[in-house]
Amino acid sequence: MADHLDAIEGHLDAADPATGDVTIQNCTINFGPQHPAAHGVLRLVMELDGEIVERVDPHIGLLHRGTEKLIEYKTYMQALPYFDRLDYCSPLCMEHSFVLAIEKLLDLEVPIRAQYLRVFFAELTRISNHMLNLGSHVMDVGAMTPNLWLFEIREDCLNFFERVSGARMHSAYFRPGGVHQDTPLKLLTDIADWLDKRMPRLFEDAISLVADNRIFKQRNVDIATVSRDDAIKWGFSGPMIRGSGIPWDLRKSQPYDVYAKMDFDVPVGTRGDCYDRFMVRVEEVRQSMRIMKQCLNEMPEGPIASLDRKVVPPKRAEMKRSMEALIHHFKLYTEGFHVPAGDVYVATESPKGEFGVYLVADGSNKPYRCKIRPTAFSHLQAMDFMAKGHMLADTTAILGAMDIVFGECDR
Amino acid sequence: MRAPAPAYTANDGVIDRAAGILGGALLSSLDAVGEVALTVDRMSLVETMTALRDTPGLEYQQLMEIAGVDYPERPDRFEVVYCLLSLTRNHRIRVHVQTDEEKPVPSVTGIWPVAGWLEREVYDMYGVLFEGNADLRRILTDYGFRGHPQRKDFPLTGYVELRYSEEAKRVVYEPVQLAQDFRTFDFMSPWEGAEYILPGDEKAKLPEAKGAPTPLKADEIVKADAAQSAPKAPPATPKTTESPAQTGAGKASPDAKPKPADSDVVKKPRAPRAAKPAATDAAPSKPRTRKKPDTNNG
Repeated sequence: MADHLDAIEGHLDAADPATGDVTIQNCTINFGPQHPAAHGVLRLVMELDGEIVERVDPHIGLLHRGTEKLIEYKTYMQALPYFDRLDYCSPLCMEHSFVLAIEKLLDLEVPIRAQYLRVFFAELTRISNHMLNLGSHVMDVGAMTPNLWLFEIREDCLNFFERVSGARMHSAYFRPGGVHQDTPLKLLTDIADWLDKRMPRLFEDAISLVADNRIFKQRNVDIATVSRDDAIKWGFSGPMIRGSGIPWDLRKSQPYDVYAKMDFDVPVGTRGDCYDRFMVRVEEVRQSMRIMKQCLNEMPEGPIASLDRKVVPPKRAEMKRSMEALIHHFKLYTEGFHVPAGDVYVATESPKGEFGVYLVADGSNKPYRCKIRPTAFSHLQAMDFMAKGHMLADTTAILGAMDIVFGECDR
Repeated sequence: MRAPAPAYTANDGVIDRAAGILGGALLSSLDAVGEVALTVDRMSLVETMTALRDTPGLEYQQLMEIAGVDYPERPDRFEVVYCLLSLTRNHRIRVHVQTDEEKPVPSVTGIWPVAGWLEREVYDMYGVLFEGNADLRRILTDYGFRGHPQRKDFPLTGYVELRYSEEAKRVVYEPVQLAQDFRTFDFMSPWEGAEYILPGDEKAKLPEAKGAPTPLKADEIVKADAAQSAPKAPPATPKTTESPAQTGAGKASPDAKPKPADSDVVKKPRAPRAAKPAATDAAPSKPRTRKKPDTNNG
């Protein structure tokens, strides 16, 4: 530092020997890696001119765990739980892309009830993810109460996940060929009650505190506007591209499972600022509730996983009685199933945007390559141009409206 | 397609349209598992991508993903896969480019700025160079990391591990020490081309014993007690465990020599084992025989 100052002073002395003061224009600061508003381990190297952000260089990878490398050494079934640990705020939506990719390579038919269950719980995941994001976003810009109320809802969602899969977060519930277990009827009726009574009341109360709030709007409206062209060029997806006014939702345009039968609207923003992105997510929660209610109404009875015993292991009771089931059970839990050679890129609409899996199979029981396309990668990269010219305090609002989780970004 | 995978516009005619506009730059095309993949010439990648983006009827406006894949047996070992998405036509396509450690791939950051980080990741994980990317730094791995971890010859465990050292009061890096080897199992079926002989199966390949039924003709039969062909060299042992010597784990760096012998530990060569003492005369020379039960008794 002293050398640096000497250099500047020397330079100025040479130009104007009379001067004694040194004015330093820009300063560089570290935002994170441990900062509550960084939503995880993000290090932002920011160049500031006073309080105006000149340049942002996000340093990521502090949570890199080598998931893709590990998956290459695991069978397809063993690789599945890694996906829960990518975006740990919406674990089931991560599994969704992976199981769909495997099924696409196997050309495996999935029973209709399993498809309904997947859509149902993927939407519940979307709600729980948005609860976290909306709550932390409003807390980042100064409001405290809505976050606590929204976390009530998130807690309910996690309890439902626990009741269906046994785990609150890392469910490993979606499996190639269907889902792991059928849901008890009581759970479905409880969720229906919750959707009718508790959820809308808590949610609308919390959102009514911020949606028209003057301070909240001052912090978000016209912050980090992204035009349609920029959103396309920077590979945006999910609420980020919809916030910029492009009605693009993979559930609508490239429907998977039973989304084609679902009736829901795709909300879009008009200005492409942080407030629009926030409100798009708010409306998505309402649409998710609509989808869940439709699932509850239409869900048929039937098997919850494919009956192809070369892919889906038999249930334990069957395994105890049938020799063939025992063999299948043993082979599937040791060797696993073999996936025919080929490569696919399968992307689904995760709560944060397009979550894709590029899966290369070589005919063995392990993936040859499993590239995960995180949503956060393209969004966080755009941080530089989005934050440029804004105040330092706006970066937290921009980050909050991006909805970034580092388990997924760093893999 | 029976699987409930995302359904987008049919692939009909996409390859023809792409072939018409790309001409010689298109090396091969594939329509498999419901997806279109084009392998294109590396040198004309930027023109190819611009054409794919701007040509009416193709219109792939978004670059969603760049994935690297390592095929060590190929001369151009790396494949860089660009996943494109058309918002207007609701279609996806993949563009594959092949390269190796040295030949750089032209960067597409001029077309899609999002490619910046995606190319950085491929560089970080595979060491593929991108010509024209102004900011080709590592992105996911540690500051000062060496090697490219997604290559197939990079060990799963890596080369270094780090811990907080109480003496040095900082995080220190050390060569990986594994308490247990990483175990990978070979699931090749012995009926489908596994080459080694399973334990207990050694005699399966030998000629049949005399008198056993045989489908062979009389002049082909080799009797079991006839002069046998020389036994085959023992097959390589099935690989069930990867030792650090095979994976290279535990070395200080990818190109480090094996660890020098620890000078503190003096290892004495083992003395040859003394010959077995000769059988003493006291031992019963006569083989012990079992007394026959007297069956005639009574």
